Amino acid sequence: MSLRFSFDGRSYLGEPGDTLASALLANGVRLLGRSFKYHRPRGLLAAGSEEPNALVEVDRGYGARTPNLRATQVEVYDGLVARSQNRFPSLGFDLQAVNDLAAPLLSAGFYYKTFMAPRGAWAKLYEPLIRRAAGLGRAPDVADPDHYASRYAHCDVLVIGSGPAGLAAAVAASAGGARVILCDEQPRFGGSLLADRSARIDGLAAPDWVAAQVGVLASRPEVTLLTRTTAFGWYPDNMVGLAQRLTDHLPEPDPTLPRERLWQVRAKQVVIAAGAIERPLVFPGNDRPGVMLADAARTFAVRYNAAPGQRAVIATTSDTAYRAALDLQACGVEVALIADARLRADGPLPAAARAAGIRVETGMRVLATRGRRGIRVAIMGRIDLDGRVRNREWVRCSLLGMSGGWTPSLHLFSQSRGELRFDPASETFLPGASAAAERSAGSCRGVHGLDDALADGAMAGSAAAHDSGFDAALPAPCHVEGAAQAGWTSPVPARRKQRRAFVDFQNDVTSKDLLLATQEGFHSIEHVKRYTTTGMATDQGKTSNMNALSIVAAELGRPVPAVGLTTFRPPYTPVTFGTLAGYSRGVLFDPVRTTPVHGWAAAHKAVFEDVGLWKRARYFPRGDEDMHQAVARECRTVRSAVGLFDASTLGKIEIIGADAAEFMNRMYVNAWTKLAPGRCRYGLMLGENGFLMDDGVAGRLAPDRFHVTTTTGGAPRVLAQMEDYLQTEWPELQVWLTSVTEQWAVLAVQGPRARDVLAPLVDGMDIEAAAMPHMSVAVGSIVGVPMRLFRVSFTGELGFEVNVPAGHAQAVWEAVHARVEALGGCVYGTEAMHVLRAEKGYIIVGQESDGTATLGDLGLGWAIAKAKRDFVGKRSLDRADMTAVGRRQLVGLLTADPACVLDEGAQLTEAAAAPVGTRSLGHVTSSYGEATLGHSIALAMLADGRARLGETVYAQRPEGAMPVRVVDPVFLDPKGVRLNA
Amino acid sequence: MLLIPCPICGIRPEAEFTYAGEAHIARPAEPASLDDHAWGEFLYARTNPKGDHAERWRHTHGCGRFFNAVRNTHTDRFITSYLAGTARPHGTPSAASPDAPAMRNDTEQWGQA
Ligand SMILES: [Zn+2]
Repeated sequence: MSLRFSFDGRSYLGEPGDTLASALLANGVRLLGRSFKYHRPRGLLAAGSEEPNALVEVDRGYGARTPNLRATQVEVYDGLVARSQNRFPSLGFDLQAVNDLAAPLLSAGFYYKTFMAPRGAWAKLYEPLIRRAAGLGRAPDVADPDHYASRYAHCDVLVIGSGPAGLAAAVAASAGGARVILCDEQPRFGGSLLADRSARIDGLAAPDWVAAQVGVLASRPEVTLLTRTTAFGWYPDNMVGLAQRLTDHLPEPDPTLPRERLWQVRAKQVVIAAGAIERPLVFPGNDRPGVMLADAARTFAVRYNAAPGQRAVIATTSDTAYRAALDLQACGVEVALIADARLRADGPLPAAARAAGIRVETGMRVLATRGRRGIRVAIMGRIDLDGRVRNREWVRCSLLGMSGGWTPSLHLFSQSRGELRFDPASETFLPGASAAAERSAGSCRGVHGLDDALADGAMAGSAAAHDSGFDAALPAPCHVEGAAQAGWTSPVPARRKQRRAFVDFQNDVTSKDLLLATQEGFHSIEHVKRYTTTGMATDQGKTSNMNALSIVAAELGRPVPAVGLTTFRPPYTPVTFGTLAGYSRGVLFDPVRTTPVHGWAAAHKAVFEDVGLWKRARYFPRGDEDMHQAVARECRTVRSAVGLFDASTLGKIEIIGADAAEFMNRMYVNAWTKLAPGRCRYGLMLGENGFLMDDGVAGRLAPDRFHVTTTTGGAPRVLAQMEDYLQTEWPELQVWLTSVTEQWAVLAVQGPRARDVLAPLVDGMDIEAAAMPHMSVAVGSIVGVPMRLFRVSFTGELGFEVNVPAGHAQAVWEAVHARVEALGGCVYGTEAMHVLRAEKGYIIVGQESDGTATLGDLGLGWAIAKAKRDFVGKRSLDRADMTAVGRRQLVGLLTADPACVLDEGAQLTEAAAAPVGTRSLGHVTSSYGEATLGHSIALAMLADGRARLGETVYAQRPEGAMPVRVVDPVFLDPKGVRLNA
Repeated sequence: MLLIPCPICGIRPEAEFTYAGEAHIARPAEPASLDDHAWGEFLYARTNPKGDHAERWRHTHGCGRFFNAVRNTHTDRFITSYLAGTARPHGTPSAASPDAPAMRNDTEQWGQA
């Protein structure tokens, strides 16, 4: 059954099990992308997730378009639509390939050197130009239509990678009943065994042995098997992030399925069996399509039955490429030549290659390649000790398989903070001392050869099970026949002074760029990396880092470890934002807090604003009122009649216990001891540094009971500060703190008719001024519902705050609202509340104050009970700077043009003209248009503001400076006649 | 995500906790008796070691208690934890040692304090 798919609009057929890469190769397509900087034609380098060149975009057609996928990981399904990237107008003819001719201009550090001047040109000119010319894939332009899942999991042993070592580890680890998770980034378990055509394990062909082991694992109930799952990151205390791809390979996925799932696995023990990645050779023209890693060529031919070329040259510095040559030959590829840069090649594999009739030349290298959109000729030769080329030879070929040895995959080990150890014999880094409960097994720790890897994996798996508390007898060793016994031989350094020999294929970094960087003084690999961008692309240098390091080390004449290795950081391969976000999108992105009156407000056309996590009604427009008109009407109604406001978001803390008043004394600046039950006080809380932290009214309900309110946003912070002092400084106090924010709904009834609204509703309570003066509290009921009634005001008007249990809030609200309407009042929102309080000069913590404001600055010094021996922050008030001349103080501002509304944050200056460098005298903290006073008002923090009353300063605006007169911040009723009505 | 040993609840994930600064900095009993320098030291001076650090945590989304812990700032590993108001346990490695032993992965050690 063939699968029909399209690439760049052309239709092809693939087979089940194909990747996009293998299917295109099988169809003879070799040109898959254009390079990042020079727009050079590129084909496949690798067969796995390390592929740097073949980045494609997959379009699902319903807005789900994913860029920058590696063609080697995209599974072909019927109807797959894929496109190449980074080409214009087409892959075969790319106008920007002229960049390749301009290569001398685009050398190492060109970002830093070329685009320096003139000032401002970077943002306007260079950056857009570079982005258009160079970017990788196109970002999707609509919201991601797919959905994603996430899950936490615990296990005894997590095994990462399912090649021979990983499979053996998982089988051994799970034998005694341990909970084991085995994950692999590929669609099938088996790793390198899937491309092994000669080995027999315990009498079975390698793929059959894999199937048998997977069967054993699947039969064990404590084992979880995850394919298409990349272990992308290691986090503290053995938490490993896994990205599982669930539907990308399905032709018509069920839309209810999540596309991907994030696993956060907490593993007692981890076995890393991440394998190794073959190293490219560095020679001119090594990026031409048709030049690929030798083992990748073998994998395409053996596993996918996709011939990567008809006639091959193999260039190598190690024995494994001989196996590639033999397998390619067995798959029908003509192998014209194996060129081994080493002077001798005597192992069993070279012998087998010679016996198979393949021409083997030692001491021979690739000097260059030729071919326009793919390799057609490899120019081979030997190099004398004096650098002269001998035996130059042109070899016609359509495939050049290269192997510079193998690089163990240390990414996860290094992320776990394990130490890396340099092994000079293989010129590789290997895992050293562990820093986490993990162990590496197989070729990721330099153990190669099939039987050794199987034994290493089994040992690691059983040790991991043992260390997580399970009996784990080491299983009998596997019997292996026919496996290639490849030597692990030293790579031969690249030649100096090569032109256009690519090291980092994805970021187009050449050996010449690296030499230039060292000549310009960059001697640490971290600096070379940033200067040349080598290893900084989406493949994170999987195929390039070791070559870059070798070249820099050789050039500097220093050992590799002395030059250093760049840091490995998550993710191993790119992870979609969708996977990381999981369910946390849209309404689930953040919790939403709503008050008990929210539904009523929504039904009455409230416009809401976000205040922290709360949704608060900002204003209630009538007819076609805009915000300003609605707010002005709401303000006028409160001042002339009465308004109803939902203040339920206020933080509320109940403080009870024999020492409650003493605790209040220590936490707040005010005096609480003599506050009688039934009375309230405006409480001000400082940090120990003496600056204002929060404010709110506290009512004393009984000698041992206070009902404290905080700002809406400050509630958690205030409770935490109270708990901190109570638990850690004064544990001897008999005090208990309870958050009751959610328990009490608060209806603020404010305005000259507020008492008339409530009087008939409060079940006979006396709320006349004599019984309930300003700043009093009483317990009673309203329309039969239990109530704590506060006589307080945040508007400057006669006001009450009705606290009722949240579950009864809507019924009470509707009853009160009916009275408000009957008396010509209205409901008002937070915007009107802000204007009304500003007219009265009441501050909002965090708006007038900013964490550096003292009570003196804010005109609130009167609240401090100076006779108290101590309270939080008191000692700091005596520091000289806290009362210094020049501190910014709260003032009111009146604009010369009464219609002008200043910007909040506008800077105040002495003179109208404010050239660069002018010192600011202060800034506007609150500013509102005309509502009830006939002119706009503003509050500001102004240097020595109280001494400047009556003076004129200037508020800076983009349209020009506005003269403003400095006035007292209380614009309305300074004597409090309305308040105390 | 770190695992943090609450002395009341046992080992719980980092997301349940709030960091609360260096431990064993007691608020002076008579702040008024301190000169500005001494008060400034109390407010702002911290040891900030590379190595073992006694620090305060609050199990905010758990038992709600403030407690003390010794964590190595170099390896980011917890050495021990103990109730607020109790002294730093004897035998915890000094701040000079960057290679403190890893926290044992069993809850019993922290179960009862
Ligand atoms: Zn706890």
